[in-house]
Amino acid sequence: MSSTTAVSPKGTRRQRKNAESIRPKLFLHDDRTGWLFLAPFAIGLLTFIVLPIFMALWVSFTDWSGITPPLKAKGIGLSNYQTLLVKDGLRRNDFALSIRNNFYYVILVVPIQTFLAFVLAFIVHQKYLRGKSFFRLAFFFPSITSSIAVSLIFKFIFQVDGLANKVFPGPKVNWFGNSHGVFHNFFGIFGVKGTPGWLRGEFLGQSLWDWLSGPSVAMSAIMACVIWTTSGTLMLIFLGGLQNIPEALDEAATLDGATGWKRMWLITFPMVRPQVFLVLVLGLIGTWQVFDQVYAMSFGGPDKSTITPAFWIYYQSFRNGNAGFGAAMAVALCAIISVFTYIQRKLVSDKGVDQ
Amino acid sequence: MSATVDELAVPKSGGIAPRPDAYARAERIDRTKKLLLKLVAYAILITAAMVYILPFVLSAISSFKTDADISKNPVSFSFSRALGSPSLEGIRGLNRDTITFPRWTFNSIFVTTIVVGGRLVLASFGGYALARMQFKGRRMFFSILLLVMGIPHIVLAIPQFIVLKQMNILNTYWAMILPMMFDCADLLVMKQFMEQIPREMEESAAIDGATRFQTFRIIVLPMAAPGLLTLVILRTVGVWNEFLKVLIAVPAAPQLKTLPVGLSSLQGEFGSSTPWATILAGALFTTIPMAILFFVFQRYFRAGLASGAVKG
Repeated sequence: MSSTTAVSPKGTRRQRKNAESIRPKLFLHDDRTGWLFLAPFAIGLLTFIVLPIFMALWVSFTDWSGITPPLKAKGIGLSNYQTLLVKDGLRRNDFALSIRNNFYYVILVVPIQTFLAFVLAFIVHQKYLRGKSFFRLAFFFPSITSSIAVSLIFKFIFQVDGLANKVFPGPKVNWFGNSHGVFHNFFGIFGVKGTPGWLRGEFLGQSLWDWLSGPSVAMSAIMACVIWTTSGTLMLIFLGGLQNIPEALDEAATLDGATGWKRMWLITFPMVRPQVFLVLVLGLIGTWQVFDQVYAMSFGGPDKSTITPAFWIYYQSFRNGNAGFGAAMAVALCAIISVFTYIQRKLVSDKGVDQ
Repeated sequence: MSATVDELAVPKSGGIAPRPDAYARAERIDRTKKLLLKLVAYAILITAAMVYILPFVLSAISSFKTDADISKNPVSFSFSRALGSPSLEGIRGLNRDTITFPRWTFNSIFVTTIVVGGRLVLASFGGYALARMQFKGRRMFFSILLLVMGIPHIVLAIPQFIVLKQMNILNTYWAMILPMMFDCADLLVMKQFMEQIPREMEESAAIDGATRFQTFRIIVLPMAAPGLLTLVILRTVGVWNEFLKVLIAVPAAPQLKTLPVGLSSLQGEFGSSTPWATILAGALFTTIPMAILFFVFQRYFRAGLASGAVKG
């Protein structure tokens, strides 16, 4: 989850060049010192990150089990990728399932956590309120808590007799034992129970009806946990943006007679647009990699309804002895996430977001 | 945009000046509206704060209950004397057979100290080189850094496992420490910090005959101290809570687990019934050290976030 900002390389480099030309050349022999300073990091980077990236690619073309010596694994060409995307079978089904689960997770978690973070930040930002630092602390605290600890606490709360069922009205829900899709449940209210004829068509081994399931009930509990954890961090990002709005701007609008909503639409939103983009893209990159919560809360179950690509890569590679196939899935996941990372880079370097 | 705002400034009564008592009435309405708004804001904040705090409170209380008490009523914030609460049963469960919480705590402290310390040294040297030196391959190195930063951890998990296996260090402390030691984001953050240090100081040191290393040690490091501290605090939290990398590094060495990995293994250790008291006590003890760090160094968290040093 490397969502950290880089300095826009173009701008700084140009600035530095200008500065360099008028300054006395004091350090002429930087070639050696530079690499000397960088060497320890560079060697580690090569061994534990760059080399592994190439190895991941290589392993994805082999049938390595994850147990035998990896360098002796047999090359099997594109076979893993065919199993993943083309060949009809359990493995392709499971991969499609993990993509579906994660997709619903992403399109629900990202907007909700962004909205929640903004609302919290906006209220905490109001001048007339007291005890703001207390609220800020309360909302941020889950962000520094171990994801495993938080997951287990939520599992405790979402048991059948737990706090969640006590607080929400209605019948008790067996959250982590229920693999039904919530959209399916919703359609069920209107009498649509089985697969309607016109949705029998298949894509990647799943019927269109199955693609429309929505997140499972179990996945919804995981989503609640993640939204709860992340909103605090994202709130601080929004708060940073809100504090950058010059007070004079707001006052001028008030004097001109702009009401609360007008000020919100015409001043607050345009001014925090960079933060909105940042929070959305960070969310998209992070949610496609959800692993810890799935591992600790549901371990992919029930009925594989909470498996995600990241979890399935782990499970296939380290628990099921299919590391070659796992690597192929890893490459596919990397492709999905790269798109969002690319968008983030573009945003950061073009608009100077988060500087 | 300005046109819309101007339109709003025109009085609604169509140019006729409102009577003074109308002003007073408007002000009164305004005050009531503000009060109402304030109440709504507090209501939202307090509800949200309860949603955020109660889970922690409930699980902290529950970790001092007996499992019998918890299974009778998992929502209660009070202890049941009849069912043997409060009790240290849960905490005692953290040190028996294969569950060696004290050892895991030591592992967490040990690994976090070494990794954060190491990363600090690596990042300050590397960051300084990137911030201040012109050398061949600098650009190339920088682009590799940016490229590699976007690779998701789970994608690196399998090949990192291979590397650890080939180095024959799986199930050792090395297997946890080494892969966590090299973080591209550290380097970028330190580069940013060091670029903010005024150049003049370094130049005058150089004129006085200091070498690059002396300048770095005597001028740059002390001046970068606040930035270094921010990085140390944020990375301490990150390494302490790291799960996946440790999970993969020590699959067959239960005594080497760190707290999060140990915690995740508690569920399966007791057969059918879930030992909630023990699990929640474990969660509590995993959280407390970071909570202390957080309350003591609050402002560094905010500073870190502002400078973009926090991971999503």
